[in-house]
Amino acid sequence: MAFDNRRRTPEELAEVAAEIRRDIIKMLVEAGSGHSGGPLGTTDIYAVLYLGGILRHRPEEPNWAGRDRYVLSAGHMAPVLYATLANAGYFSKEELLTLRKYNTRLQGHPGRDTGLPGIETSSGSLGQGISIAVGMAMSDKLLDKSDRRVFSLTGDGELQEGSVWEAVMAASHYKLDNFCWIIDNNDCQIDGRIDEVMSVYPIDAKCESFGFDTITVDGHNFDELYGAFDRFIENHRNGTGKPTAIIAKTYMGKGVSFMHDKFEWHGKPPSAAEAELALKELMASN
Amino acid sequence: MQEYKLLGQKPTRHGFGHALVTLGERYDNVVVLGGDITGSVMTSFFKEKFPDRFFSIGIAEQNATTIAAGLALSGKIPFFASYGAFCAFRNADQLRISVCYNEANVKIGGGHAGISVGPDGATHQVLEEVSFLRALPHMTLVVPCDYEEARKATIAIGEKVGPAYIRFGRSPVPQFTIEDTPFELGKALVMREGNDVALIACGALVWEAMLAAQELAKRGISARVINSPSIKPFDVQTVVQAAQECGAVVTAEEHQVYGALGGAVAEVLAKNYPVPVEFVGVKDTFGGSGEPEELMVKFGLTWREIYASALVAMERRDKGFLGSVRRATDVAVYEEETIEQQ
Repeated sequence: MAFDNRRRTPEELAEVAAEIRRDIIKMLVEAGSGHSGGPLGTTDIYAVLYLGGILRHRPEEPNWAGRDRYVLSAGHMAPVLYATLANAGYFSKEELLTLRKYNTRLQGHPGRDTGLPGIETSSGSLGQGISIAVGMAMSDKLLDKSDRRVFSLTGDGELQEGSVWEAVMAASHYKLDNFCWIIDNNDCQIDGRIDEVMSVYPIDAKCESFGFDTITVDGHNFDELYGAFDRFIENHRNGTGKPTAIIAKTYMGKGVSFMHDKFEWHGKPPSAAEAELALKELMASN
Repeated sequence: MQEYKLLGQKPTRHGFGHALVTLGERYDNVVVLGGDITGSVMTSFFKEKFPDRFFSIGIAEQNATTIAAGLALSGKIPFFASYGAFCAFRNADQLRISVCYNEANVKIGGGHAGISVGPDGATHQVLEEVSFLRALPHMTLVVPCDYEEARKATIAIGEKVGPAYIRFGRSPVPQFTIEDTPFELGKALVMREGNDVALIACGALVWEAMLAAQELAKRGISARVINSPSIKPFDVQTVVQAAQECGAVVTAEEHQVYGALGGAVAEVLAKNYPVPVEFVGVKDTFGGSGEPEELMVKFGLTWREIYASALVAMERRDKGFLGSVRRATDVAVYEEETIEQQ
């Protein structure tokens, strides 16, 4: 069946997101390593982007020349990207269970060399993906004069990498209104709360001062997410000359009670017993 | 075989700059990124000719490198040039992941390389980047010897798909190759025939190797001079053949002696045909301010060291690997005195 890239109701998106979260849990427990917290925390954003009609893309034709591009800068959150791509039909869901295994296309961090459909670039060293995305947006807007859009998601801890600010400085300098920067603001990183490790706050004022139209939303509220992405699309359509930043307030481990808002879940997978518990909760929430 | 003569002095960076214009004329998708020093690394020629395809990124080498990767993943052929001190190390992680792991078609021009930058001093005299870049999978790496070769090498990396780096210098250097001199990535060029010792060099030291060969000839020693601009891919065959036919090898480069051209030659010979090898280069030390010529002498990067190292390499060959050996520096002092007496 052809991919239906339409907008969906919050109820429909909740179902989509629950399915992606279940896939993430299944992948991680099978892999025995990997990141749980961030992927579960950003799932709702992916549901809107890929399965809610925001990204213009064709899963059956991944290299379609007219597609919008999505670059996951925080490469460690690969499980949610893989699970979303599989749910959109880029590849089979069975393949999800090969995550992090020998010879897999689902590398621990996205690897372009594997040829996995839907992966625009390798990423995993923080602070680089966003800069690649800016390069793509420059190519689309300044050289090809196309109306393609580029989205890139960074973590909030990732903002500690100085090269992030080099990238967004350039996005603003080149008036890339076709560029949408999503910041996953779950306030957690491996060593603890952002403020304890190295504060990046206030994020919104920084984005504003770097020339971005800045929108802060509840990253688990589909209406608010739609509102923010719609404003970006409007900005682009109207040629405002300003890139857009969406600060999505999220909870690490969203959807699984014992992972909720706990930075300890940044970089580990659930055990078999924990996975069973998590899947039960995710069935009920659907 | 073509005889190479001194045709004048010209900086290699001009060869890079002129070639970018040629590439810009040939290919619409060649774009150039500037890092604030466009007039130094000669991207200014391209900027003037193709302002719509030139993008200033400011003093942000990490960003320029990754933006280049984004442009490459969008079908462009981006060149980014800065001083090698900054566009090979400040952005090392970006080169490794966003460029090489991605197999992005990004080209980096690393200018002001080597000790011959002169007065700027150690911070700007990059002497280590060839070793690092050589270790990156998918990377193509070229160190041209003069203006003409820099021009050809730039066009060659622009026309080859994949990550590439070209190293060039600031100061004028001897010009001795001509338009007809062959250049091919992955190929070394025999500049002078000889069977007693092989002098393998790249960059500005190729001409010094030629001078060393002239001096050796006065002693009845016929030195083969090999210009090996293509550090990666590397011309294994020419190097092995030289070892087989000469039995003694000297490498010479304006770089640390660890892991660059000398390292490549040593690896190839250890595996295929072990013979004594002597290494001319900077000996595990940082540079310092001074005029280029003074520094080349101070850091042992002239024909004299190549000459002396050739004698040592031959002595090692003739005595067998375990024979006692004089150090090249001692030979240099001795030979210098002898030469002056003649």
